[in-house]
Amino acid sequence: MPMAEVPNIVPALPEIFLALAAMTLLMLGVFQKPVTPDGELRAARTTTNLGLITMVLALLLVFTVSGNVLVTFEGMFISDPFATFAKVLILIASTFSLMMAQRWLEQQHAHRFEFAVLVILATLGMMMMVSASNLLSLYMGLELQSLSLYVLAAFQRDDVRSTESGLKYFVLGAMASAFLLYGSSLVYGFTGTTDFATIAATIKAQDHHFPTGLAVGLVFVMAGLAFKVSAVPFHMWTPDVYEGAPTPVTSFFAVAPKVAALALFLRVMMGPFGEMAHQWQGIVVLLSILSMSIGAFAAIAQVNIKRMMAYSSIGHVGYALMGLAVANEQGVTGVLIYLAIYVFMNVGVFACILAMRRGDRMVESIYDLAGLAKSHPGMAAALAVFMFSMAGIPPLAGFFGKLYIFLAAIEAQLYTLAIIGVLTSVVSAYYYLRIIKIMYFDEAEADHLETPLPNVIAAVLGVCSAVIVLFFLVPAPLITTAGAAAASLF
Amino acid sequence: MAEIGLAHYLAVGAILFATGMFGIFLNRKNVIVILMSIELLLLAVNVNMVAFSVELGDLVGQVFTLFILTVAAAEAAIGLAILVVFFRNRGSIAVEDINSMKG
Repeated sequence: MPMAEVPNIVPALPEIFLALAAMTLLMLGVFQKPVTPDGELRAARTTTNLGLITMVLALLLVFTVSGNVLVTFEGMFISDPFATFAKVLILIASTFSLMMAQRWLEQQHAHRFEFAVLVILATLGMMMMVSASNLLSLYMGLELQSLSLYVLAAFQRDDVRSTESGLKYFVLGAMASAFLLYGSSLVYGFTGTTDFATIAATIKAQDHHFPTGLAVGLVFVMAGLAFKVSAVPFHMWTPDVYEGAPTPVTSFFAVAPKVAALALFLRVMMGPFGEMAHQWQGIVVLLSILSMSIGAFAAIAQVNIKRMMAYSSIGHVGYALMGLAVANEQGVTGVLIYLAIYVFMNVGVFACILAMRRGDRMVESIYDLAGLAKSHPGMAAALAVFMFSMAGIPPLAGFFGKLYIFLAAIEAQLYTLAIIGVLTSVVSAYYYLRIIKIMYFDEAEADHLETPLPNVIAAVLGVCSAVIVLFFLVPAPLITTAGAAAASLF
Repeated sequence: MAEIGLAHYLAVGAILFATGMFGIFLNRKNVIVILMSIELLLLAVNVNMVAFSVELGDLVGQVFTLFILTVAAAEAAIGLAILVVFFRNRGSIAVEDINSMKG
């Protein structure tokens, strides 16, 4: 008599491959690393290059197993078009971040082979998150991602700001996980299961007479998730962590984990708690309004560009949550389109920040960009494109991202939310356009930033700005895939 | 004789969770205390999980507890490691000294 069936591992092949690759790279790094500085550099470069190859192969695997809705591992793991969409974005974002990191880390003498391994493990955690269909697998994915990110934030271990940001992120992140878990325990207790589909069925069977414990559990779960996407009022950690963490790590934080956490938020709210939409809609509306407003107003006062981007990302999360507040297929489609565009805008901006270097030290003040249009016309033009796009100026991609979300909100008659969204995007245009003004109209005070631009950075800038500028010519592929991905959630 | 039921266990869990929260927010002295409070939060969840598991007659809750314990161990290891590198740079682990970034 067989004790158990062998689970179908095909839907999880990309994750299994990433896990094995991460462990192999770790072993490789440990065993090939002689204690000489030269050997350390070589080990770091090899792992980064192999890591990049790993990411690309994982991306191919994701495409290979995509298509149908497949549930495996006793309902723990689901592979559907929604998960595939999020995974592709996550892998693209992680690949870009890893590509740009190596040179910066070498210049700061912080190049260690663990960087690539940690990025791969964090990516694996994110992919598990978006594929979770059980509270248990959700928690395991979330923790794998978070634990890797805590270490990455403190990666420059001899720098006081990096370690401080790691410590802050750890304490607040662990607290958020505890919130999520406490909520999960209540949801488990009052529905009797941890499986998403069964939770949804149980809630549906209760027919709008929910036990109070379930509602409390839902609120705790939402607080934990809001923390992970850094929605106001759970955003306190974001500016400090973005500012303190090494810049390549910030560029990673700003894209991949945001996509993963928002995708997870969508899945949890629409899947198991979809029947309770009337209960949570108000909370999401509030989170969205607060995030958009704080993101717009607090960024105005910032001089450090990483800190400014932190508030900018809080604002963007607010817009994405507007799509969630709509709680229908159109809203989810809007969020997915927004996330895809957000990835390219943010990768581009951080490519510019990574190139901000004077003499042999990094500079992070927005006033260091003065005179950039004369010394680096190409980089200035690309950064201007990203800033215009973030401000939502047509015909750049950022405009369409906002457009689909606002349309969804208006059709769902959430007029207040849409109006506040438009007003805050006008406010946020102020600080985006200020960067452009500094680049093009202010005189450089000191000597110029590093010349010439590193090849990798230039390539990333080229790709991202091409995507942002040319999106309006061929928007159909993204919109149809996002629509199909959203449809698989309902 | 009074019976000890689900409500009592949930109350213990809630009190432990609240204690952990206060430990994080009201503590102005030492980061180690914050790490202990985080453990307390996770243990509060474990009490809840086991209580529900017994009440429902369903093992998933207890399996979940074992996973939480394992992750908590990894989390404590990483937290302490980050705390050690922070102490090397700053020479202090007082909560009020974690202040090099503001705004």
